[in-house]
Amino acid sequence: MGDAMTDTILQVDDLHIRFETYAGTVHAVNGISFEIQRGEMFGLVGESGCGKSVTGMALMNAIPSPGKIENGRVLFNGEDILQKNEAQMQSLRGGRIAMIFQDPTASLNPVFTIGNQILRQVRQHSARSRKEAEEHAFDFFERVGLPDPKRIFSAYPHELSGGMKQRVMIAMGLASGAEFLIADEPTTALDVTIQAQILALLAELREKENLSILLITHDLGVVAETCERVAVAYAGRVVETGQVDSVLYAPKHPYTRGLLAALPDSVQHGQPLQMIKGAVPDGLRPIAGCPFHPRCSDAMEICSIKEPAQVQMEDDGHIVACHLYGEGANV
Amino acid sequence: MSNPSSLLEVKNLSKVFVSRQGWLRPQEIRVHALNGVSLNIPEQSTLGVVGESGCGKTTLGRAILWLTPPTAGQVFFDGQDTATADKKTIKRLYHETQMVFQNPYTSFDPRFTVLQCVAEPLVTHTKLRGDPLRKRVRELLEQVGMPGNILNRYAHEFSGGQLQRIAVARALATNPRFIVLDEPTSALDVSVQAQILNLLQALQRELKLTYLFISHDLSVVQHISDQVAVMYLGKVVEINDAKTIFSGGAKHPYTQALLSAMPTVAKERQREQIILQGSVPNSANPPSGCAFHPRCPVAQPVCSQSEPPVKDSVACHLV
Amino acid sequence: MTTTFSELEITADEIPHDGHISELSLMWRAFRSDPLAVLSLVILLIFIFGAIFAPFLTPYAAQGQGDPNILEKFNPPSKAHLLGTDYLGRDVLARIFYGGRSSLSIGFLVVFVAVLIGVPLGAIAGFYGGWIDNLLMRITDIFLAFPPLLLAIALAAALGPSFTNTMIAISFTWWPWYARLVRAQTISLKERSFIEAARSIGVPSWKIILTHVLPNVMTPVMVQATMDLGSAILVGASISFIGLGVQPPTADWGTMISVGRIYFLERPWYAGSAGAAIFLVVLAFNLLGDALRDAADPRTRRSVSAGR
Repeated sequence: MGDAMTDTILQVDDLHIRFETYAGTVHAVNGISFEIQRGEMFGLVGESGCGKSVTGMALMNAIPSPGKIENGRVLFNGEDILQKNEAQMQSLRGGRIAMIFQDPTASLNPVFTIGNQILRQVRQHSARSRKEAEEHAFDFFERVGLPDPKRIFSAYPHELSGGMKQRVMIAMGLASGAEFLIADEPTTALDVTIQAQILALLAELREKENLSILLITHDLGVVAETCERVAVAYAGRVVETGQVDSVLYAPKHPYTRGLLAALPDSVQHGQPLQMIKGAVPDGLRPIAGCPFHPRCSDAMEICSIKEPAQVQMEDDGHIVACHLYGEGANV
Repeated sequence: MSNPSSLLEVKNLSKVFVSRQGWLRPQEIRVHALNGVSLNIPEQSTLGVVGESGCGKTTLGRAILWLTPPTAGQVFFDGQDTATADKKTIKRLYHETQMVFQNPYTSFDPRFTVLQCVAEPLVTHTKLRGDPLRKRVRELLEQVGMPGNILNRYAHEFSGGQLQRIAVARALATNPRFIVLDEPTSALDVSVQAQILNLLQALQRELKLTYLFISHDLSVVQHISDQVAVMYLGKVVEINDAKTIFSGGAKHPYTQALLSAMPTVAKERQREQIILQGSVPNSANPPSGCAFHPRCPVAQPVCSQSEPPVKDSVACHLV
Repeated sequence: MTTTFSELEITADEIPHDGHISELSLMWRAFRSDPLAVLSLVILLIFIFGAIFAPFLTPYAAQGQGDPNILEKFNPPSKAHLLGTDYLGRDVLARIFYGGRSSLSIGFLVVFVAVLIGVPLGAIAGFYGGWIDNLLMRITDIFLAFPPLLLAIALAAALGPSFTNTMIAISFTWWPWYARLVRAQTISLKERSFIEAARSIGVPSWKIILTHVLPNVMTPVMVQATMDLGSAILVGASISFIGLGVQPPTADWGTMISVGRIYFLERPWYAGSAGAAIFLVVLAFNLLGDALRDAADPRTRRSVSAGR
């Protein structure tokens, strides 16, 4: 690491986020750190309660109340965006940083046409005349593979299918100058064949437009087929990070291993699936030591006492937070 | 007549939803959610049904249980035509067929205790009450791996996986032989899904159950099914052994596209992507001939002219 | 080879603690953290307490019920009579307490009857849909068209003015709102899978409505009812004001204003107290209803659970 040629577009440093609810304090994020290089597709994967979506929103400094960022930095192109005020953030959001969500319908105003909405966003982030903005938008509609841009322009959101709406959201992000796209479960609500289209589109955009993408998902298969690097999250922490080839095909953390082994693809037809006993913690009751230890079949005594530190495995940036690799680690 | 060895058989099942738009000159919109589906499920086996939105798999499950009465076609349970069943048989059907739903969080009345939830089928169809009822509910919960002391808890206190177990317990209350599982693990995390799938398989063996397993997730279907039916726009386009379909024996172009589109970690299953153009057509306005032809990578002129014949359990002109 | 059942078991400590907070508790917590809500509740409890225990709270119980005390008529507020006396010398405070009995009971009774009629009708209309829904909703529309005051006047003209007739008149025009509310709730509830699950189990429709639909629509009904209590009291007071409701000598805030307004400029304490009583009670019910609605809706309650 420390190669002078790498260009980190986003760096998350020890992020802590909590939610004060009437049921108690929920520690949604407990020290998440990772880096994304420019032009890279990075996967943040985990099950429910791992804090991945909240992290995504933190990257836009847009955490819904009653969430609060307790600690940490989010460096976008070297600047800590958590220190920015709302006015500065508004120019970043939808501008250089764009975010698309699982349900594109919720991000589009049902009473305005698509054209109206994209124009508004484009002109908010650039000084273009209406005609120029329109051409700009048409150009991006084509780039995201939307057929018949004129028709889409004058259509209302409910006239478009889920896949088309997602493309529109991507086009809106790009047309406003996005360098970095946060995609929070962008294809989870779409049919499989449409999902394939959208993922292929994202890969193409990454190459052609040098777009950096953070893909937040629960689907390991999607990560395996589209991302270069991945961070596996559990209970608000990152337990393993590295190249997809390393993490998914030579996993080190017991949770990653358990997760991969639980996939139906991993066993022969008819054989029982490997289960991880227990359930994901709910964030209300903090767990001493490593959050995974109650469910871990390799747990040792130290696991219930001390939180494991992030340990570097090899040169290619494979990092694991596990006591199993504590001694003899190449720190 | 129906196939004697199958517990459930469906012949030419169709369901049309009609809605009227406009009031001056009302136009009828007919949606063919199911369009002549035929299949049969042998006893103690699992038939997986896959397809994308609009394919009719959800309607199929509901039509079989008569939750959504079909517009045409027949459903045979244990050789009996369910449409012409007498009162006694209908009562028996309520006992022997059950359903597990997709979203565990909304398939329970938020005001019902676990006891009330699981006991509802028993209270409705049997005279079991009081202590014997509680005992039976505890037995059912034990069978799905839940501790028996949760009778007074409410649904919202449990996690998704635990709720699905309770849902299965409820489905087992009347000692059914046939269970329709409508996307039972789609709302669950991967690790929890593994528990539920294992539980379902263990129960199937122990209680000699027959399953209709509906899902959009091919890897889950491939794992749990003996046979798989692939649906598109209300029709079954291919039906075959699970093993055959998933080890390269899929013949229909849609099945092949579906298989290739499914993202998977397993490197050996990652295929050359067949990316389909366009999206699933509107069921109110289906394409002519073979419904898949506008998106089919190998479509021929005949495909838009006539409906494909069914040969070897595949509905395609080119097989 | 398959997993054994023992491997599939969930241990007791995986089930969330019994200390899990119920919906009702969460509502109460949200509610009591709102000072206005608590204040409203206190005010209402004072009035209700006063109405129920009136004989024990004032030495002028007889006057409260109507006995005149001509010698002391029109006395301004003093130590002996905290709110003064009225045109017949009766202690105004006692009249307020006793007046609370008729004014508050109109409110409660009207809402009770409206809920009793409107809720089941709305549930049936919403659940069955089709022609039943159409029929019931058209009937509802007809009743909605009656203005309460005109109906009260008509009833009074036909049957004579009284407490009962007032109550009937107002309930007549009030139940449709509940029918509509519950119908809308039922229609959206129908789509939830637990209703479908009950149908798939074979539970008959009437039982589904009784055991599943009604309990689940009660929360918005209760919120609406709380706010309506204030409005019903107001309408009841208006009817008494025009002389068609409670008849003297029975105490009633509406009639007190009606009589007292003639003397209002020189002796404001009579009509003023009654007016203030109505104002406070109606305001309190409105605030209470608002607070209840905010506390009942998980979104406005600010108890957002952590993100995924």
